Amino acid sequence: MKTESNIEKILASGQLVVTSECGPPRGAVPEKVKEKAEMLRGYVDGINVTDNQTAMVRMSSLAACIIIKQMGLDPILQMVTRDRNRLAMQSDIIGAYAHGINTMLCLSGDHPHFGDHPMAANVYDLDSIQFIQMVKKMRDEGKFQGGEDIDTPPKMFIGAAANPFADPFELRVARLAKKIKAGVDFIQTQCVYNLDKFETWMKGVCDRGLHEKVAILPGITPMKTAGMARYMKNKVPGMDVPDELVKRMAGVPKEKQAEEGIKISIEAIERLKEVEGVRGFHIMAIEWEQKVPEIVEKAGLLPRPQF
Amino acid sequence: MITAERKPMEEILEFVRPYSRILLVGCNECVTVCAAGGRKEVGILSAGLQMALMKEGKTLDVKEVTLERQCDPEYVEELVTYIDQADIILSMACGCGVQEIARRYKEKPVYPALNTKFMGASERQGIWAERCQGCGDCLLGITGGICPIARCSKRIMNGPCGGSTQGKCEISSDVDCVWQLIWDRLKALGMENRYEDIMAAKDWRSSRDGGPRKIIREDLAE
Ligand code: SF4
Ligand code: SF4
Repeated sequence: MKTESNIEKILASGQLVVTSECGPPRGAVPEKVKEKAEMLRGYVDGINVTDNQTAMVRMSSLAACIIIKQMGLDPILQMVTRDRNRLAMQSDIIGAYAHGINTMLCLSGDHPHFGDHPMAANVYDLDSIQFIQMVKKMRDEGKFQGGEDIDTPPKMFIGAAANPFADPFELRVARLAKKIKAGVDFIQTQCVYNLDKFETWMKGVCDRGLHEKVAILPGITPMKTAGMARYMKNKVPGMDVPDELVKRMAGVPKEKQAEEGIKISIEAIERLKEVEGVRGFHIMAIEWEQKVPEIVEKAGLLPRPQF
Repeated sequence: MITAERKPMEEILEFVRPYSRILLVGCNECVTVCAAGGRKEVGILSAGLQMALMKEGKTLDVKEVTLERQCDPEYVEELVTYIDQADIILSMACGCGVQEIARRYKEKPVYPALNTKFMGASERQGIWAERCQGCGDCLLGITGGICPIARCSKRIMNGPCGGSTQGKCEISSDVDCVWQLIWDRLKALGMENRYEDIMAAKDWRSSRDGGPRKIIREDLAE
């Protein structure tokens, strides 16, 4: 084992992993973090904590991860290269590890253009692939990115994102291969609605044997309303929501749409479980965390393994 | 070339209002090509300022000069004959020209009439776009002659990110995803196999991050 990560242990045991996500509050409200995390206890194996998601300022991922860790749960530290240079990133990684956080997700992050500080300087000292290389070097060689030795290196289980639906599609397997070459251990994908396209991508992944080198967890996000489905289809870059799904959501009465959205998610999980190379699920219910337990349960993913 | 755009008239008027004699200096190089600060634009700004101030009941004495190159001390020296008759200098060059004037004429305030934008190229008549950030260690040989540092919104060196949509960047459908362009070009060159080589973390010392930069050519320096 490379790390003490719960995710790594479950993957090594051959069982499916379930992760979820918790966006920290836009203020100093630790109770909010605890409340969201508590809902997930016993239902997921790791909780991603977003890092200024959509370029909006929130409580730091590291601080919220510490709160969650102190609750006896397993946070996954998300970190974007948008806001920090390599000095700041490495010091936060050491800080996180010093608090027992052993799993992280390396991202480039949304451009500040999308958030509440579009006037901010964007850092982008590293990109996500160089970021993965840095964390791996810290872990496996015990060296900082700059080359000097670390006294007690942080042993992080390294995650990253992949979006099978972004363009150009023909590069999507190749870019995953680059992340693997850089040293990524697990991948959480963009929300999967277009199952056919996801399966095509997965086939490309398996054809190259990449599924043996990295654990892929498709992203599952339940839609609350037909409006949300339409919004994601039209407004979110890199999101692929097929017309049939929008129609299906719109085809049920408003008060039943949330339920339909959950049903769609469960069906997706059932189908994706059978896909070669799928090693678990990343269930992101944005500002709807209370629904995660229901999805996990109805998708037959309980009980969660204990180590 | 270095591209620039004229500042809003009101901002320039704020600079000149307290004075009655200005030396308005254009430049015959990049800012002439991008139609921001050449002889023609100097004439237009001069007339505009005089007219605006006339409406306020003031007269403005403007001496118009367009230098061959405002970033070159040799040409900036030519202003010596006009400097005593001016209260301020209003420069229509890029930031380099403005600073060269400030360095040479220490006793006179100098104001920029332009906002210097970027190093770019003309895409077509009237449209210029950013091409280079002067990172000091050019990667164009690896990326098919297309720069991800200057042209990827997140300066991703191993792109494209997950926001690339139909050739466009996640920040706007008006912005090309440079990694789509790079990929198309690598394919056209039959160099697809290069794509999976990881570009390592950049050493930004060669860029602005290493502090203000200087080139010293021993063979040319006196
Ligand atoms: S790699 Fe550097 S020097 Fe070359 S075009 Fe890009 S910014 Fe300019
Ligand atoms: S969409 Fe393309 S240009 Fe825009 S940030 Fe991503 S990789 Fe860069």
